[in-house]
Order: sequence, then C-alpha cells, then structure tokens
Amino acid sequence: MDSRMRGNDNGFGRRGFNMTDFLLELRSEEIPARMQLKAKEDLARLFNDALAKAGLAAASVETFATPRRLALIATGLPLATEAVSEETKGPKVGAPPQAMEGFLRKTGLSQDQLVERDGVYYAVVEKAGRQTADVLAEAIPAIIRAFPWPKSQRWGAASVSTESLRWVRPLQGIVALLGDAVVHCDVDGIVSGAETMGHRFHHSGVVTIGNAGDYIEKLRAAHVLVHFSERCRIIRDGAKAAAEAAGLTLVEDEGLVIENAGLTEWPVPMLGRFDAAFLDVPQEVIQLTARVNQKYFVCHDAAGRLANAFVCTANIDAHDNGAAIVAGNEKVLAARLSDAKFFWEQDLKVALEKQAEKLKDIVFHEKLGTLAERVERIARLARWLVDTGVVKGADPDLVERAARLCKVDLVTGMVGEFPELQGLMGAYYAAAQGEAPEVVAAIRDHYKPVGQGNEVPTAPVTVAVCLAEKFDTLVGFFFADLKPSGSKDPFALRRAAIAVVATILENNLRLNLRHCHVQATQHLVFDKIQREIEGRASNFTRVLRDENIEIHRAEDLFRARAVQKTIDLELEDIFDKPAIKVSSELGAFFVDRLKVQQREAGVRHDLIDAVFSLGGEDDLVRLLARVKALQAYITTAEGANLLAAYKRAANILKQADGVDAAAPAPADLVTEELALLTALNTAEPKAAAALSVEDFEGAMAALASLRAPIDAFFEGVMVNDPDPAKRAFRLGLLARFRDAVTQVADFSKIEG
Amino acid sequence: MHNLDLAAYLRQWLAMSDVAPLSFQDLILTLHDYWGKQGCAILQPYDMEMGAGTFHTATTLRALGPDPWNAAFVQPSRRPTDGRYGENPNRLGAYYQYQVILKPSPPNLQELYLGSLKAIGIDPLLHDIRFVEDDWESPTLGAWGLGWEIWCDGMEVTQFTYFQQMGGFDCKPVSGELTYGLERLAMYIQNKDSIFDLVYNNATADRPAVTYGDIFRENERQMSTYHFEVADTDMLFDAFKKATAECESCLQHGLPIPAYEQAIKASHIFNVLQARGVISVQERASYMGRVRDLAKGSCQAWMDKNAPDWNSRHPSWRAA
Repeated sequence: MDSRMRGNDNGFGRRGFNMTDFLLELRSEEIPARMQLKAKEDLARLFNDALAKAGLAAASVETFATPRRLALIATGLPLATEAVSEETKGPKVGAPPQAMEGFLRKTGLSQDQLVERDGVYYAVVEKAGRQTADVLAEAIPAIIRAFPWPKSQRWGAASVSTESLRWVRPLQGIVALLGDAVVHCDVDGIVSGAETMGHRFHHSGVVTIGNAGDYIEKLRAAHVLVHFSERCRIIRDGAKAAAEAAGLTLVEDEGLVIENAGLTEWPVPMLGRFDAAFLDVPQEVIQLTARVNQKYFVCHDAAGRLANAFVCTANIDAHDNGAAIVAGNEKVLAARLSDAKFFWEQDLKVALEKQAEKLKDIVFHEKLGTLAERVERIARLARWLVDTGVVKGADPDLVERAARLCKVDLVTGMVGEFPELQGLMGAYYAAAQGEAPEVVAAIRDHYKPVGQGNEVPTAPVTVAVCLAEKFDTLVGFFFADLKPSGSKDPFALRRAAIAVVATILENNLRLNLRHCHVQATQHLVFDKIQREIEGRASNFTRVLRDENIEIHRAEDLFRARAVQKTIDLELEDIFDKPAIKVSSELGAFFVDRLKVQQREAGVRHDLIDAVFSLGGEDDLVRLLARVKALQAYITTAEGANLLAAYKRAANILKQADGVDAAAPAPADLVTEELALLTALNTAEPKAAAALSVEDFEGAMAALASLRAPIDAFFEGVMVNDPDPAKRAFRLGLLARFRDAVTQVADFSKIEG
Repeated sequence: MHNLDLAAYLRQWLAMSDVAPLSFQDLILTLHDYWGKQGCAILQPYDMEMGAGTFHTATTLRALGPDPWNAAFVQPSRRPTDGRYGENPNRLGAYYQYQVILKPSPPNLQELYLGSLKAIGIDPLLHDIRFVEDDWESPTLGAWGLGWEIWCDGMEVTQFTYFQQMGGFDCKPVSGELTYGLERLAMYIQNKDSIFDLVYNNATADRPAVTYGDIFRENERQMSTYHFEVADTDMLFDAFKKATAECESCLQHGLPIPAYEQAIKASHIFNVLQARGVISVQERASYMGRVRDLAKGSCQAWMDKNAPDWNSRHPSWRAA
C-alpha cells in the first residue's frame, strides 16, 4: 500500500473530516493456493455489494490473499450513510375506502400522516442515516456466510450441528477496523478485534493492527507479505536470479509463480541440483514431476538443454541460509526421478506391439468396447480418409501404423504415473524402436488441438490419425446416445468437434462430414453387424430348410427373397436408422461448434445457419467460404436492401395460396415487371454457374443485380392485382426471386 | 571477515550440538509420549490386516456420534500391490502409520501437530514445513474430509484431515485426523536413502542395533511372492464371499463391531486378489462397491445401536 496511507491515524481518513478507511482480515488455516485469487475477487465483489445495498461507496477497495489470510482495505468511506426520504405513491383522493385501508396497512401509517399532492396520497418515510460501523458490523458476518468457496468445511466443537459455520478451512480470527476503531461482530463465536498473527514460524505472539494504514507494514515486520503480487514478483525475480547465479536460464512458468505465491507468506526461492544421470529421462517427464509433484521451476543450460537443476520456493529464511531445505528437496526430487527413470527403462524394454496386447483388457467405454477395438476402428477410418483422398500426401501404411500405435502408451508405466504425458511418451517409445518420423509425430500430436488456440496438426499422417480419433469418439458417443447436454459434456465431445472443425479449416480439407460419420459408424458397428449377418445367414439357411424351400425352384425364389427381406429390415433397424440419426445429429452439432469456433473471427452465426439450412452443405471449407461471401455482401447497404426485399417477398408469398413460379406472362407487362423478368433471366443462370465452380462472390454479384429491379418492382407494381392472371404472374416473379436468392442462402434465417 | 568467522563458528556449533537422530522405535515412543500428554488414549494396533490406520475402529466408528474421542496409535498397514520384493528403497507392501484422532477437532490442532514435529527433532526455522491442499476421500468407507498433506522440505510426511463424513453420515462434531508416514519421517530424520537402512533401535554396550531391513526385508520378499504369485485365488474368492455373508449376518444380529471386522477382512482379501491380478477393471468397481456397502452398513448399525444413548446424553444431537 502506498505511503499516503501510513500514519493516517486520526481515525477520520485522509479524504476529509467525515471519511475514513476500513480494514478487514479473515484469518484461517491454510487456504488452497489455487483458490486465493478468485477469493480476492469474491471478497471485493461481496463487500462492494454490501456497501451499495446500504447506499455507501468506497473511494477504493483493495484485496489481499496469503495462505493464511484474506484481507481487504477500503479507503474513503463515509462515516455514516445519508438520510433519505422515501416516497410511496398511494391511492387517489376519493378512491374506495378499501384501497386506502390497504395502503395504510402496508405502510403502517395513519391517514393524517399521508401527504396529498395533485389529488394523490403519498406516504413519506424519512430514513435516518446509519453509522457505517453498524452497516459493516452487519455486512461482515453476511459476507462470511455467503462466501462462495469451491469447497468448504465445518470444524471444532460447534460442528456438532451441521448448521455450524463453514469456511474453506477453519476460520480463526477477524480483524475489522474502521479508522482506529474495531467494528464489533461475532461470527459463530469468532469475535472481531484488532489482533492478528504474523508468519507461522518467524513471528510469535499477536500483531496488533492500529488501522488500515499500518496493516501492510506491521505484517511485513512480522514476515508476512500480504500483497499477492509482491510475493509473485519476489518468486519470479528470485528464481531467475538463482538460476542466473548458477550460469543457467530459468524456464519461466507464471502458473508456478502464482501457485508458489499461494503457498508462502515469505517466499525464498533457492536453487537445488539433481544427478545428471537422470537427464536420460525425457525432459518433459523431469519438468512435469518437478512442476506438478514438487512445484519446482526447471532450468536450461547455455545450449538451451534441460539442466540438472531446479528452483524451489521455501516459506522461511532458514538460519542455515536454506542448506538443509535444499538438501531435503534434492532428496525428494531424486526419489521421484528415480521412479521416473525406472518406468522409462522398464517401458523401453517392451516393444509397442507387445504392449498393444494389453489394450484388449482395457475398456474404453462399456458401450463402445475395449481400447483395442477402438484402435482398430481408428486405424481403418484413418486409412479410409487417405484412400478416399480427403487427406492428401500421406502414406496410408504409415497412417495405419501410427493409428495402431497411438494409444499404446496408455498401458506404459510412465503414462500410468503421469497421464498428462499421453501421446508424448508414445512418441518417445516409438522413436526409440525406430518408427518412421511421420509415425512418431502422429503419435505425439494426435490429441491436438486440445483447445482453441492450441496448435493444429498439419502433417498429413498426423491429420489423418487425429481426425479418425475424434470422429470415432464423436460418432461412438452419439451412437451410444451419450451426447452432451447443457453444461454436461463428460466425454469432452464439444472440444473434439471444435478440434475437427479447426483441423479441417486449417488444412483446407474437402470432405463430406456425413460420409465420415457413416464411415465411422460402420467401423463402430462393423463387428457387431458382422456377427449379426453371420448369425442371420445361418438363420436364413435354417428357415429355408425348415420350410422346405429349394432355391432352384423358381416359385421358391420369391419365398426365399421374402425371408431375406425380413432379415434385411431387421438389419436396417440395427444399423441404417441409428446411423442416419447419428449423422444428422452430428451435422447440427458440428455447425454449432463451427459457430462457436468462428465467433472470435467475427463470423455471424445466423449466416452460418442461413447457408447450412439449405441442406446438403456439410463441406465445412465450402460452407465457410459461402458464409464469408454472404457476410461481405449482406453487411453492405445494397445487401441490406436485398434482404429487406427478400423478406417482403417471402411475406407476400406466405399469405398467397397457389403460387406458380412458371405462371404465364400476361400480354401487357409493365416496365417494372419486364425489368425484373429480364434481370431474373440473366441472374438465375449466372448465380447457378458461379455456385457450381464455388465462386460465391460471383453468385452474390448475380443476386446483387436483382436489387434495383426488385426495389422498382415493389415501388411501381401492386402484386395483389384484381386480375387473377396478373396476380399469378407477379406472385410467380416473386417466387422466382425468392428461389434465386435461396440458391445461395436461406435468407429467412438471417437476422435484421 | 568477522561475519564469515561467525557463520563458520555457528555451523560448527550446530554440527557439534547435533544430537543423534531418533531411531524408528524412539520416533514412535516420542509420538506416544507427546500425544499421551495431550490427553490422547494411546491404543494398540487393531489386530487385523488393513490398508490404512483410518480403518481402525478407533477412527471410523469413533468418528461418528457426539462423544469426545482422543486417541493415538500405530497401525500396521498392508498394501499388497505396493510390495516390491524388498528391492525398492521407497516402497513396501507392509508399513506403519502413526494415527491421531481428536474429536472435536481442537482450535489449535495445527499448533499441536507442529509441536509433535518439534518433539521428534524437526526445527521449523531450519526445515520448510508447509500445508499443501489435499482433500481426502475414501469411497470404500463412504468418507471424505478437507485438509492438507504436510510437506517437510518438499516431502510429504503427514496427512491432515478434518473428517466431514464417515460411512455416509455427517461427522457431528468433526474430528481432526493426523496420519504420519513413519518410515518416511524416519528416513528424513535419519537422512537415509533406503527404508531398509533405517536404524530401528540404538545399540547398547553389549547389544547391537538392528535396522528396519534386518527385521522386515525377508517379510517383504516372502509376502511379495505370496501376494503376487502364490496366493490361492479360489480360496480368496471364497473367503471374500464368506466374509461378506458373515458381515451381513452380524448386521442382522445388530452387531456393528464384528460386522465391521468382516468388512475390513473382505477389503483386505480384495486387495490381495488385486495384487494377484485376477480382478478385471470392470469387476473392480463392483467389488469395491460391495466392500463400501458392508462398511456403510456397519456404520449405519453403529449409529442405530448408539443413537438412543447419544440422544439421552446430548438431547439436541440428531444422527441426520
């Protein structure tokens, strides 16, 4: 906090005689590091809301968090709220007596206390100003009870009732000071005061706070840095300096900075070493175990390679300058790394093909078979994507190889220990057994992209495996009727669909989504169908035998066909119908994801709908090109006019019955009719020709040529002419206009 | 120069004043002494095979109900799948947990715990002691709580938990539970790289000291062989079935303690079957579900049996 606040001990604050500052500290046992930043925000929000409700506002509100305290300083608070008079409108003079009685009951006043103005009674209630201290004394317990911790607990003797206070960990003390005075409150036996505690080990006894102005410095003197950002800075700079002092470069990691700041009140970064022999283990493994298990930073040497050093962050200034702490941490990391090295060496001993056998024992999902079955489907689908030319430039054998190996690392010891390393470890093991570089890359990257902004694969072999993997997931879970609903998406299907969309667009892949769905569905139920067919074939022969049908007899051929037909129908129920359902559901699902994915790029969702709802368009690259051309046109003044004309035409047509686009032209055409007719005759083939070569700008230009004639038509012609022939022709013209526009997009879906 | 000399002197002084670290048995005796003085009843281990100290009735059953309860004990803990034939310096198929339970959790439980660390020779201004978020959940016991793992220079040495539910019932009041990993703590205090090198007791003039390895390494070897290779799975499946049946019979007779013992027995048999690798992924969940039902049923019976008494002494207390 800045120095202006220090020495501000007159109890009235620096903003004037009737303003003051407020300090709130909620001290507890250790708050999980991951929750502290959000807790700061929540505290500020709840506090500001409580002030606003009382008609108060602070000049500034700042919040603080350490493992053991959550605090807030508000400056420039008025000492009291202003008096207000609230006026409530009542019945008119001369209104029925019941109305007056009701109003008096509601307000608790008598009629002579009401004020009459312009023939209406008003109830006027003068609300006196309240002391801010009183407002705060009520607000503090309310804030504590309403605090939205992700998880909270009960504790101590009071927890004999489940209604007892809940907090993230046991709440131990409340400091509440308005100016120099304690704001008195009692939350489940915890009474507010001016006393807090310093650092758990560096300071014994209580720290008495005078007012908001001396809080930060008094705690600093007790080895507590209450500013989260200050602790972050010390860790960031200290870790960097510790690495540099050893001739190394710190691998920066802001997430770790924040986590360590949430674990310390007095952070002291220190460099430790580990045995260089561990560097044989892939560096991601070392980095992960250091980061996730131990919350250490790692370092690079001058050549940019991982160095055998780490930086840990202690919470004390040890009296041996940290020698024992570093030694202890080195030992812990060594034990973890020797575990990792053990897994690495064990895993390398087993060929991936051999490991793959274990996939048969692992259930992917009870409705979708084992991982081995899933791998088989992915391999076939990936190969199909290459064979059919969707993914170009990939060797189909390498694709199939990569697909068959891509999930094997799931059964290795290392991935069992560090699931985050799936894919990556598979790539290491594949490289170690001499697989082709394309296969190695595909194994490594086939989970990508894992979120918007994540790198999208472009290597052809990787793209094929990546798409096949996601199609299998999507089609599988849709087929098993395990679709995402609302906020629930336990199988991350939305993410998978966005990944597919991104991969298709990034690589400009021309594919028909429906074909992919059907293909994936086929693979999914292939074995099941195979079994069904075999079963039914023997069933077929048995029926023929039982009914004494001999196929060489002509008349029996029909009976045999009938038997076969019932079997076919049953197969249709098992396969075709669900496949069609899945395909259409997934089509809509993809378009929804496309909308989300394109939102950032500013592509309008209604235009995506307008193009998609034409049906048949499930080539995402083409769909997006159409949408973009449409958006470029529709956002011009001319496009907006065309849209308006379309809507008008559509409305008229909706009300008319029996519209015939081919209605004959009457002899006496007016100019506007002739102009529109001519324009349509030119524009229709032009638009169709442009569409056939995917020239969407050209199609738009053809439509644009209709804008002037249609406007003139609406201007100069009455569609609903009393003469039925004229009316029919004019409606026909409008229908042609509507259909011409609809070739390009369904304008009825466009907003505005 | 003067400062450097002073630092060197201090280091020397610290080295000289360094008393011999506690042996494994002295570690236990020191904790017994410490927690005994805090008013804990020092219990003996439960005489059945179990996976963790939390399974001791002094923890599970006593965590339920309104009566105060303060106890400390060592619990031998068996984890058949963690056995490594005595080859891995950090892993054992059987080890020792030191367990403390205080009900209701006292307001100074963290300070009491830190006091115990000081008692066993860990100086918190020399070693970095940290409370790192670690919420505890035991699906087998239908239990959960919030707390931390305690780090000493980056090593997890204790689990610290405020029980919120046990056997599916709210803990009223909440107990505080501490579980010290004795071998880890001893490795730390004695600065050993292998569990088997731990000094178990101190030598006297005429009697040599023994190490942890002297006492337990052969057990690790034989028990690993038994659990991974030899155990008769038909017998075990049968025993599991019989234990569950016996548990249910005890429940029908309103005997929660023997019922709970059968639940523990079933749980251990399941662990051995796991180590034998004969339980598939799919079956695993259903076996665990069976054990959970037995444990929860025992807790339920314990509640039912005690509720009248608890209510007579604590009129406002209600089970649910």
